[in-house]
Amino acid sequence: MIFKASRLTLAAALLSASALTVAAQGYTPENPECIAPANPGGGWDFTCRQVGKLLQDEGLIGKTMQVVNLAGGGGGVAFAEVVNKRADDNDLVVAASSATATRLAQGAYPGNTMEQVRWLASIGADYGVIAVAADSPIQTLPELLDMIKADPTSVSVAGGSAVGGWDHLKVLIAAKAAGVEDVRRVKYIAFDGGGEAVTQLLAGSVQAFTGDISEAKGFVDSGDIKVLAVLSPERLDGEFESFPTAREQGVDAIGANWRGFYAPGNMSDAAYDAWVSRIGDLYASDAWKETMAANGLAPLDLQGDAFQSFVKDSVAEIRSISQEIGIIK
Amino acid sequence: MDMLASLGDGFAIALTWQNIGLALLGCFLGTVMGALPGLGPSNGVAILIPLAFTLGLGATPSLILLTSVYYGAMYGGRISSILLGIPGDEPAMMTVLDGYPMAKKGRAGEALSLSGIASFVGAFFATWGLILLAPQLVKIALLFGPAEYFALFALAFMTLGGVSSTNQAKSAFAAALGLGLAMIGVDTQTGVPRFTFGEVHLYDGLDFLVAIVGLFALSEVLIFLEERHGNADADGKKIVVGRLTPSWSMLKSCTPTMLRTSLLGFIAGVLPGAGASLGSFISYSMEKRLVDKENTFGTGDPRGVAAPEAGNNAAAGGALVPMLALGVPGSGTTAVLLAVLLSLNITPGPLLFTQNPDVVWGLIAALFIANFMLLAMNIPMVGLFTRVLMIPPKVLMPLVAMVSFVGIYGISGSSFDLLVMIGFGVMGWGLRKLDVPLVPIILGTLLGNAMENNLRRAVTIDNGNWFTLIDSPLSIALWAIAIIGFVLPLIIGARVKSRMHARKDEEGALSD
Repeated sequence: MIFKASRLTLAAALLSASALTVAAQGYTPENPECIAPANPGGGWDFTCRQVGKLLQDEGLIGKTMQVVNLAGGGGGVAFAEVVNKRADDNDLVVAASSATATRLAQGAYPGNTMEQVRWLASIGADYGVIAVAADSPIQTLPELLDMIKADPTSVSVAGGSAVGGWDHLKVLIAAKAAGVEDVRRVKYIAFDGGGEAVTQLLAGSVQAFTGDISEAKGFVDSGDIKVLAVLSPERLDGEFESFPTAREQGVDAIGANWRGFYAPGNMSDAAYDAWVSRIGDLYASDAWKETMAANGLAPLDLQGDAFQSFVKDSVAEIRSISQEIGIIK
Repeated sequence: MDMLASLGDGFAIALTWQNIGLALLGCFLGTVMGALPGLGPSNGVAILIPLAFTLGLGATPSLILLTSVYYGAMYGGRISSILLGIPGDEPAMMTVLDGYPMAKKGRAGEALSLSGIASFVGAFFATWGLILLAPQLVKIALLFGPAEYFALFALAFMTLGGVSSTNQAKSAFAAALGLGLAMIGVDTQTGVPRFTFGEVHLYDGLDFLVAIVGLFALSEVLIFLEERHGNADADGKKIVVGRLTPSWSMLKSCTPTMLRTSLLGFIAGVLPGAGASLGSFISYSMEKRLVDKENTFGTGDPRGVAAPEAGNNAAAGGALVPMLALGVPGSGTTAVLLAVLLSLNITPGPLLFTQNPDVVWGLIAALFIANFMLLAMNIPMVGLFTRVLMIPPKVLMPLVAMVSFVGIYGISGSSFDLLVMIGFGVMGWGLRKLDVPLVPIILGTLLGNAMENNLRRAVTIDNGNWFTLIDSPLSIALWAIAIIGFVLPLIIGARVKSRMHARKDEEGALSD
């Protein structure tokens, strides 16, 4: 490992110490592999490929990370494969996101629970946005929610996930926070991906869009759509600073689509620690900060046990929302 | 002229030895992957992404490599369609209908060259369309809401009657079967799994490639096994390859077909919800309606080879329009390319043309280069490809089976898909015995989901009002074409048949 001369001695000492502990545990993935539980082209695929590429660029793994697309069941096929067949594979990580937690919470992976795998680390979060077309008369989030409250049939909200999926839940969280009593009457139209949903917003087929910042960014830059609210606790940094949060408009709703990894349930502690520290090092690198900035990912820096309990809380929260809105019993 | 200058800059970027080498490599690998059943353009591109990253290529060279693979695979898909009657990927399916009969008649060389030229024409015009019209074309995509998409899919199904079978009832049965199979999986409009029997592998529905490879490739192997048992001379079939290049008169008769279908395919490609398969399908069935006066489509008519090939390659170019200009993928392959762009820190979308002109114009120049390269590569190689026909079936069929299994396992990495493929193989074998055409099954599976979702989206948006389906001039126009396409052949067809019957009495020839 080559240290830049500009690094502080302390940092160098810390890093070499962590390198030493890794060496002491004696674990380096021989054939690092990342399962993307969807076809090439989606968010999970992006997570695997981008992280794999940067891990290698930064010298954190010696070999190219092999990316395997194991699509099916909204990630359920990959989950079952890891639980049933590869539970003690030390070289394997799997891309995950809020969608994974949503499906686990709703029991959409038959017979599988979040305790069957080890949650490694997060690599960032994509906050939800609610947007309308640039020429829409609606100016603020409360205005939109008031329209829904007055007459749910007057507003169609488009999103990229299926009914009960994360894009749908986000708009329901906001509606609930604004006092819409029967959130099941909110008219949600599912499209195949955020891109198609935005296109239909521009075409005028629907009145509002619910999705992630990264999906909306290009259209905001070009002035085609107007973000009513971002579902983050505080305003985001940089170019996203101009988006008002839902909270500051009096709607207490937060929705973040986090991205991260899980590992097989019986991965050895040495391997688990090694992966956690490598992804942690990657997260701290400048190259990753650039990637996050370019793709509209907000910081979410959780590793090891902290991430494990974060996912646990998130699953519990989604389960209770889904029960309230009647998606699961 | 601004545009020509930009294009010139694009060529300046693309024309380096490294980039030309990459384009050559991409075209070759793409053609091979397209030709292998199971490996289609989207897998081909996905497989080569790590290569681009490992070589440390910049944005433009990576895109040149990957789009060459994309175009190459679109060219290559036709090869196995024509030679073996097994489509290499979804868009090449319609090429089976006339390409395979042509090969059986000993005109494989002509069919391959002609389809190569048609592919070139389609892709060439689509690339120009991309240059001239990309920003404007996006507006067409915005005219299509759920109701219009539904009308478009309905149009596709209503013109289905002309495809692949003399027995309309069997065609309709096959399409219905395909629509039924499309229902499997989680219903996105309610989030409820349908016909999955708690099997998580079925939650995302059936993979089209698994269905295609099973229905076409495996059933072919099963048929061979059966015939071989009954008849020891099954491998003694004499196959004549015939001339390798199409005659000028054939090219001339196909030119209007190629131009029309390039346009149709291109438009289908531009619509993000439609894609290359619909492009080649509509191209074929519309062309049949227009020019097939003697009912020769489906029996080895060269125009039936040119139409879908020009259509699907034009659609491949068209699909780049929404990808670049909206950041919305128009097909599976463009979804993969989009992911590559994102991981190269380029954000496609309305501002791409102004923010990254070097990437866009470099890419467009690369498309031209790849296209000429593919034409130059494909025509001389026709002689080589046709050698496949010389391989005795007892060697070829095990190879087909092996490639099918490896290809399907390679895509999904799941042994469940292999079982589904075997299931489709047995089903295809049975259906062939019953003389049920296989193409409408795939069309039903391929288009059924999108059709159903758009219908339900349209009706939900309008609070359950079904008249929303005929609420815009565009959807009314599409419905009108659909109804004319459905009704007209019934009337004309009856007349043609009665005339043919009258003639048959006189000449005593042509018994169906």
